[in-house]
Amino acid sequence: MNNTITIAWREFRAYFLSPIAYVYLTAFLVAVNWLFFRGFFIIGKADMRIFFEMMPWIFLFLVPAVTMGKWAEERRQGTLETLMTLPVSDSHVVLGKFLAGLWLVASALALTWPAAITVWFVGNLDWGPVIGGYAGALLLGGSCLALGLCVSSLTRSQIVAFVGGVAAIFVLLIVGSPLVIGGAGTPLTRLLGYSSLGTHFVSISRGVIDSRDVLYYLSFMGFFLFLNLVITKSKARG
Amino acid sequence: MIHVEHLRKLFGDVRAVDGISFEVARGEVVGLLGPNGAGKTTTMRVLTGYLRSDEGTVSVDGIPVGDDSVEARRRIGYLPENAPIYDDMEVCEYLGYVGRLRGMRGAKLREAIAEMVQTCGLAEVAGRTTGKLSKGFRQRAGLAAAMIHRPPILILDEPTSGLDPNQISEIRELIRNIGKQRTVVLSTHILQEVEATCQRAIIINSGKLVGHGTVEELKRRSQSKSAYVVTVGAARDRISDALKALGGVSFGEWLCDDTSPRQRLSLTSEDGADRAEEIFKWAVEQGLTLTELSRTGASLEQVFKELTQNR
Repeated sequence: MNNTITIAWREFRAYFLSPIAYVYLTAFLVAVNWLFFRGFFIIGKADMRIFFEMMPWIFLFLVPAVTMGKWAEERRQGTLETLMTLPVSDSHVVLGKFLAGLWLVASALALTWPAAITVWFVGNLDWGPVIGGYAGALLLGGSCLALGLCVSSLTRSQIVAFVGGVAAIFVLLIVGSPLVIGGAGTPLTRLLGYSSLGTHFVSISRGVIDSRDVLYYLSFMGFFLFLNLVITKSKARG
Repeated sequence: MIHVEHLRKLFGDVRAVDGISFEVARGEVVGLLGPNGAGKTTTMRVLTGYLRSDEGTVSVDGIPVGDDSVEARRRIGYLPENAPIYDDMEVCEYLGYVGRLRGMRGAKLREAIAEMVQTCGLAEVAGRTTGKLSKGFRQRAGLAAAMIHRPPILILDEPTSGLDPNQISEIRELIRNIGKQRTVVLSTHILQEVEATCQRAIIINSGKLVGHGTVEELKRRSQSKSAYVVTVGAARDRISDALKALGGVSFGEWLCDDTSPRQRLSLTSEDGADRAEEIFKWAVEQGLTLTELSRTGASLEQVFKELTQNR
């Protein structure tokens, strides 16, 4: 566990040593606040539903920006060889990289506090759904991260990792939407609906935390982190 | 200390390493020698637990190197080719990171970093970002990171490639010093490096072991006869004529262009015996001025050429 933290801390600091973290946080905060307040004053309701509803679409572009370099860049620079010949098990490396990304996403979410405070000042904000929404957004962000990292581990090009990450997240976001499954209740559409990142976020964005959704996101992360480990073992260690 | 048996590693259809076996004893400095693409890097990558082998066994200090070879990796310090290090970290920070992942903490880690900065001559760049270092300092920072935990075994992949002559001799000196207490395996395609730093050489070519032994043993085993380089102050035609009178020595090749007033050429002793005296007397008898007469002997270079080209 110590090794995981050491790796995660270095990777997290690396975001701030390059412009990535600053560009990322600025882009995230500008986009989120602008989109939220634009709708907020029109609808005129003191909740943050539209704030959380747009999270999947924000993460769609911003999470691959976080994950694209994580493996691709190490491969290209050759530092992966140094890292993987240290007495650290591969799963610790995978987990460390994931945690670093999660901390960055969590920091980004935490920095949106002025939006919540504003709503609280303006109207009568119910904090329950807001806290639930934040927790759900972190789960969604973590899932996108695990998926994006997995894509990054397949290539040594950051661009390919980014575009591939966006595509993978996009497919898993829309696969359960009525537009794709057509609303018919066959077992296949139910399966598609269940496997979609978007479907499980619907109730979360309303502030309802269902244990099934939490379980879904946790197993989603677990699955893709495991897949990442398998890819790393077979691809890097040839 | 290091035990490799029938090691085989394939990349698709390419046999990068094809059944290599060798052993390295404690405290030895061994050079892994071979032309580019011979399989040196792949062999080292398997030794350090980076790559999995397809066949054969590798063990380090009695511990098999295989899947999740964390235990074996603890005993090894590894400097990969081109010393890959994180460009965004400061030198000391990087050493600290590697040290921490090697399980070092607190005062012990600080001492180790200070010692490595001293040993590897990194004092003037200790606080600089590694991405801004010159190649020589980068290589030294990589070496420092590889040795931070005082490993009994050091594996260095082309430690002097891309360095200038001064840096090369510094790194070689460093390796010689380290080699007094540790087992070192280094790969290179520069032969002087092996002669300068290693007690023993292992020569591989297209994935196979083609020769091993001490540098002297390898030279002795060579089929090359004694060779001489001679510079004579006469025209080429005249020398060619005079050479007919020289017994026991055969002409090798011209080593200069044919219009130059002094001709440089190589000669080989036919039975391997020393013929320097005969060559000198011959020149005097023929009225030729000798300005150079040097014996090249069987150099490691010739041995290397024989071993890696004839097969």
